[in-house]
Amino acid sequence: MATTFHSALQSLRETKVWKSIFRRGPANTNRTRSLAVFGNLFLHWMPVKVREKSLRVRASYYLGSISFILFIVLFVTGILLMFYYHPAAPHAYRDMKDLQFVVSNGVFLRNLHRLAAHLMVFVVFWHMFHVFYRGGYKPPHEFNWIVGVMLLLLTLFLSYTGYLLPWDQLAFWAVTVGTNIISAMPVVGNKVRFLLLGGNIVGENALLRFYVLHVVILPLIAFFFIGIHFWRVQKDGGLTVKPKDDDGKE
Amino acid sequence: MSDTKSASVPALPRSVQAGNGITRRDFLNEITLGALGIAGLGSVAVTYQYFSPNVLFEPSTTFRAGNPDLYPLHSVTFLQDQQVYIVRMPEGFYAVSAVCTHLGCITAWHPEHELIECPCHGSKFKDDGTKVAGPAPRPLPHFAISLTADGELLVDKLQNIKPSQVLKV
Repeated sequence: MATTFHSALQSLRETKVWKSIFRRGPANTNRTRSLAVFGNLFLHWMPVKVREKSLRVRASYYLGSISFILFIVLFVTGILLMFYYHPAAPHAYRDMKDLQFVVSNGVFLRNLHRLAAHLMVFVVFWHMFHVFYRGGYKPPHEFNWIVGVMLLLLTLFLSYTGYLLPWDQLAFWAVTVGTNIISAMPVVGNKVRFLLLGGNIVGENALLRFYVLHVVILPLIAFFFIGIHFWRVQKDGGLTVKPKDDDGKE
Repeated sequence: MSDTKSASVPALPRSVQAGNGITRRDFLNEITLGALGIAGLGSVAVTYQYFSPNVLFEPSTTFRAGNPDLYPLHSVTFLQDQQVYIVRMPEGFYAVSAVCTHLGCITAWHPEHELIECPCHGSKFKDDGTKVAGPAPRPLPHFAISLTADGELLVDKLQNIKPSQVLKV
């Protein structure tokens, strides 16, 4: 069975189509393995080699990877929720209720989106604390630390803009209070609040603006910063590794 | 100007000499960057204009509050749609905002404490809007109140007045 599979794979690799997609031969030496990573759009920002220590659980608890996986979960479930949600004043609340009670598996997707969002805020903060206490902000990682702070802020903005979309009492008053905090900013506060809400009250315009920020603008910026963040981890020489990461003892 | 060296070096074009050593390339670079900068500022300005709505479909800020006889003496009446208290005291009528000056929650009149209280962060006000307790930075504002020609109360929420200005009917 195993040999049949192996030979089938082997003959697949011989085909013209396969060879046109993967132009390099089998990655069976260190050189060809490196070339396979370099030559792949989806892998080229990954390190060709990593230190075994940096893969140990206690080196990172995989918090960055978990944040990214949660981001992908939110991306996919968010797109699915968009098929039933209208960002308009009488519909938004009803659509949210429909997702909970009428749409097949709607409650699963909505709760997956909601809980993954809560979890992402938690994991991103944990990631930041973990990196901070390991000294991950020190040279040569200063730039990536700042990119990470941007990603933390983006996570919070995404969380806050998503909070309005159910259009219930909690959402309405949370955004009323939040945007009044913005108007406490000196000089430009009231103007920023007006632009963000598209008016003087939390109404239709505010719902639509928060929706566009939540589903288009902020995710695009987040993807951009995530790309830089991952690429920079490799360029800065991988994770901060300490001697005790070997076996848990100094 | 006329030293021995200048004989062997070809003279620069007049336009370049006049520009204090600015080369054509520098000049074109600067003028291009300047034009791009102006275009950039312009696009920021029109984007800002685009995002500021010119027409708002928000509730009217001026409203009729009905006949003065609707409000008994020594009463505080909350008008939910307008988020305003109409207060009638022996000295006259006044209209007090029901929106907390802290972070914009809607307050409630509690007759048992004779206080206006905010459910969000616990600010408390007297019936004339004076702050009694809580994080609110300012007293509740008074809105301009007047009588229409047919004798109804008229409140303008865009016009704040001093608490001493009460309407006598």
